Amino acid sequence: MKKFLNSADSFVADSLAGLAAAHPALRVKADGPDGPFVARRAPTRPGKVALVSGGGSGHDPLHAGFVGLGMLDAACPGEVFTSPVPGQILAAAQAVDGGAGVVFVVKNYTGDVLNFQMAAELAAEDAGIAVETVLVDDDVAVRDSTWTAGRRGTGATVFVEKLAGALAERGASLAEVADLGRRVNARSRSFAVALTACTTPANGKPGFQLPEDEMEVGVGIHGEPGRSRAKLASAAGVAALALDAILAEPVFGGGDGDAAGGAHAGESAASGDSAGVEVMALVSGLGATPLSELYLLFGEASRILAERGVSIVRSLVGNYVTSLDMAGASFTLCRADDELLELWDAPVNTPGLRWGV
Amino acid sequence: MAAVAAAVSAHKDELTELDAAIGDADHGANLQRGFTAVTVALGAEFEPETVGQLLTKVGMTLISSVGGASGPLYGSAFRAVGKQLATPEADADQLAIALRAGLDSVRALGAAAAGDKTMVDALMPAVQAFDDAVASGLGLADAARAAADAAEAGARATVPLQARKGRASYLGERSIGHQDPGATSTALIFAALAEVTAGA
Repeated sequence: MKKFLNSADSFVADSLAGLAAAHPALRVKADGPDGPFVARRAPTRPGKVALVSGGGSGHDPLHAGFVGLGMLDAACPGEVFTSPVPGQILAAAQAVDGGAGVVFVVKNYTGDVLNFQMAAELAAEDAGIAVETVLVDDDVAVRDSTWTAGRRGTGATVFVEKLAGALAERGASLAEVADLGRRVNARSRSFAVALTACTTPANGKPGFQLPEDEMEVGVGIHGEPGRSRAKLASAAGVAALALDAILAEPVFGGGDGDAAGGAHAGESAASGDSAGVEVMALVSGLGATPLSELYLLFGEASRILAERGVSIVRSLVGNYVTSLDMAGASFTLCRADDELLELWDAPVNTPGLRWGV
Repeated sequence: MAAVAAAVSAHKDELTELDAAIGDADHGANLQRGFTAVTVALGAEFEPETVGQLLTKVGMTLISSVGGASGPLYGSAFRAVGKQLATPEADADQLAIALRAGLDSVRALGAAAAGDKTMVDALMPAVQAFDDAVASGLGLADAARAAADAAEAGARATVPLQARKGRASYLGERSIGHQDPGATSTALIFAALAEVTAGA
């Protein structure tokens, strides 16, 4: 392993110290017994619903890099790929509650779910803070069934945090912000492909070995292997593979409403046809893929979507939800409507996303 | 608890290797961080009056230091066991009841059943073996040894299973052929219990 490190143990703390140094509008509270959180330096406006998210470190800019105007009020980074702990999440919620309650944005990974659930109970019972939780589960590489823990939460987290964050800035109620977050999740689907494994500082070597001519199909964002391994395809082939899986979902008009959609089917379009659908599209690198390759993939994706009659009405290309130094890319589509587009275009000012300010 | 901390520390890399195959390669590091915090928390200034107070403290420390799924699961287990033991010492009968409560707590929180390829696959047979041993009149040391053997066998039996809960479940069929890290660490904890009670 070759990384810029002082020590593996201090990796997260040292990185957060740098984030705070680079972005004076943020503060990092790191001296508590339960781990650090990152919050806006300006206190939450009284009556504004606060958004708190978090998860394992190593997905930068998610989540700490999305703290700021128009997105999150606080983020709780855990150790690398390990969820934060309840005390840490509770401390963040108490620090940013403006009296209107707190929305937790939680990716569907067992550890995140359990720790945020415990924190939500503590916040409600011990601190008297009203909490709503939005669970993000957009990754179609993992199918719903009674036999799995459900779909993973990955790229759609960016859409949920941006759009719910914009609504919260407008003074919407706790229930309205949470409902919007759930609606965005129901309209979003993701799929990712990796070319290499990543290396966690604590482990020191790649999580898996992948031959030169193969790719991991359907990876998550924790360096774990994907659902299957395949011969490396062309960029056009990779984009087609990902978009076929995403467009097969009922929310984009695909599929036949079978068990694949399950309880998460969301808002269905006319069955079996994606024509006329408008989407916001995210192509995110997984940490070690150059922007040129991501744009190349986005170009292929836009061509494929155009052939299906799907219009990309907003686009985002870059490293947004990463997996340390994994080479690879994830594709996320969120089905747009007028309300969501207006919220997307609203001002945002965070280290990882900034426009309109 | 010192024996558990030592066992986790000695097997940290093994746990991490197992987790690298079907998870995200942090189970060893996470548990070591947790049990190191436990060792500190149970330091010189902490003088519990009951076994339960000690184990509850262990549980809270694990919840607030491990993270991931193992923090809440192990933390709740130790807390549930501790709640049943409000006496300065615990005998085999008390521990049997308490371990059952620990198992129930893990199953409720993780919503996992036998055969899901999780820590439950080691914990459930261990608790059953402990129960059976106590019911047949064996003492604490023998019951703990029986539980440790059952946990070890349970952990090994996770190899051919397909994961249905937790992060490994996202791999589907690709989780087959790898021993579950959570079941393995559970077996380590019971082995430490057997080791300590054998010397008592």
